[in-house]
Amino acid sequence: MADILTTWAALTFNGISFGMILFLISSGLTVTLGVMRLVNLAHCGFAMIGGYIAMAAVDYLGFGLLASVPVAVVGTMIIAAVIERTLFQWTYGISELGQILMTIGLAFVMVALCNILFGPLLHALPVPDWLTGNFTVAGVVVSVYRCFLVVVSGLIAIGIWYVVERTDFGARLRASVDNPRMARCAGINVRRIFSFTFTAGCGLAAVGGVLGTQMLPIEPFYALNYLILVLIVVATGGLGSLKGSFAAALIIGVIDTYGRYILPAGGGFVMYAIVLVVLLARPQGLFARA
Amino acid sequence: MTAETQAANAAAVADFRARARWQWYEPIFWLGAIAWYFLFPTYLPLGTQVLCSALFALSLDLILGYGGIVSLGHTTFFGIGAYTAGLLAKYGWGEPITCLLAGGVTAAIAGWICSFVIVRVQGVALLLVTLGINLVLYEIANKAYTITGGADGLQGIVFWKVFGVFDYDIEGRVAYIYTLAVVFLLFLVARRIVYSPFGLALKGMRENWKRMPALGAALRHHGALIFVLSAAIAGLAGALLAESVQFVALDSLGVQRSVDVLTMLIVGGTGVLYGSFVGATVYMVVRDQLADLNPAYWYFWIGLMLVVVVLFTRNGVVGALSDAAAWFQRRGRAQS
Repeated sequence: MADILTTWAALTFNGISFGMILFLISSGLTVTLGVMRLVNLAHCGFAMIGGYIAMAAVDYLGFGLLASVPVAVVGTMIIAAVIERTLFQWTYGISELGQILMTIGLAFVMVALCNILFGPLLHALPVPDWLTGNFTVAGVVVSVYRCFLVVVSGLIAIGIWYVVERTDFGARLRASVDNPRMARCAGINVRRIFSFTFTAGCGLAAVGGVLGTQMLPIEPFYALNYLILVLIVVATGGLGSLKGSFAAALIIGVIDTYGRYILPAGGGFVMYAIVLVVLLARPQGLFARA
Repeated sequence: MTAETQAANAAAVADFRARARWQWYEPIFWLGAIAWYFLFPTYLPLGTQVLCSALFALSLDLILGYGGIVSLGHTTFFGIGAYTAGLLAKYGWGEPITCLLAGGVTAAIAGWICSFVIVRVQGVALLLVTLGINLVLYEIANKAYTITGGADGLQGIVFWKVFGVFDYDIEGRVAYIYTLAVVFLLFLVARRIVYSPFGLALKGMRENWKRMPALGAALRHHGALIFVLSAAIAGLAGALLAESVQFVALDSLGVQRSVDVLTMLIVGGTGVLYGSFVGATVYMVVRDQLADLNPAYWYFWIGLMLVVVVLFTRNGVVGALSDAAAWFQRRGRAQS
């Protein structure tokens, strides 16, 4: 009995740490969807770019994992800002379909370029010595690295919450999500807020991409393979709702981990079934305001 | 009804009739498809695949270009049609026309079941639902290898002679003519749907889905109906491909094929019927010519095609052509 309990406790903990990574990657997409109704299917590609930049920093410059994080974040944000200015800004006015096609095309180009530049192999970044190993709490074996992930992601989530709920910029952002037209009338430069949050969101995705390589290894098809998980988080969480996507990411992370344990052969089966039921019952997402 | 409104109605009806009339380029297009048979006898199998893909793209155009329903998993129905025809032939019934119809009917039933979800969601949720249904089905076909052959595909299928007379030959002549005939018939059906009052209601739905209910249009009902019709045509396209290549690959259910068909349609142009044919031809011929390339490069070209088409043309190749035609017309008028 105790064995079963500790197994499930360990699974739950792993699921939560996985969910935290999902939240980091998907938080940017939630905001871009909420503010600009921009369906950015290339979003996962930015997490991948972050991962590859970190990999290059570790391999060629001899950086450690933690030192490579800021390099990856800054690099990804620069790339994201350039792409936002050159490509995305032309898509704000066009139909949702045009945005979907443009961004999925962009994701394909990212996949192809990463494949050509870095090869098709899977990569996981090396974890520093002091973060390896496990420890035991009340009989539950906990990985030090996953603990570290939960703490770091938790701090970042608190940081996001603080910026969104307690700062002037956050107030403008919330106004833009709630009603972009009204916000514009009130003198808020919605475009600039959007550009800024888009870039910041891509930076957060890069953090998730770099720290999560133990669970989501870096590879050229990263941009497409994990896109569905990120879309699930955003859709079940509700557009523009950061709290919603936080809760959804944790739930999805835990369900996915349980699913793999109970039905290893079932692939993403359990999850897709649950998501279909959820979307049928609440098309706006679990946590969206009606 | 006053005489004025009567006259106005008659004018409107005449206008819609005129739009539905056959244009000069339409017979040229179909004559071109027949000419392919005589001009490129060694490329008939490619021609058959182009026709099947074009029919599949046409089915997607019905929901996307006319109904405004974006699907990332339309190959669900293509695959269901292909597997239905293939399984029937494998287990003893290889009559091509009944197999074809069976593929269409099963796909339509699957489409009818899915339509209950499809009409209730929009935006990201819609993408997710279509993709999700596709992924679940792919996993089922992959795992049930005793029935479907799993990743090896469905092998050992033999279809009987068409009408009991024409045997499938190695050069693909019979397959080409048979496919062309079926595709033409289904094109006529799609053309009829698009220019009917129902088709007009769909266009209204695409343009403004908030105003159409105010005019009394049953939005969900229309959406469900066109989704089922589109699923049936996709299933027929799948069955046609299975019959012409006598094999069903697992990737006929793969996400890649959904993206391929979406790319074809976008490159060709949405909501103009011929866009799917132009797009499928361009896409398949380019891919045939670049077949030696590393798949990674191919992804690059698909991606670039999508970005360029969305950013620089109003509606794919057909849109660009009609814009060019309008420009020449204006210039001609200005000069005369």
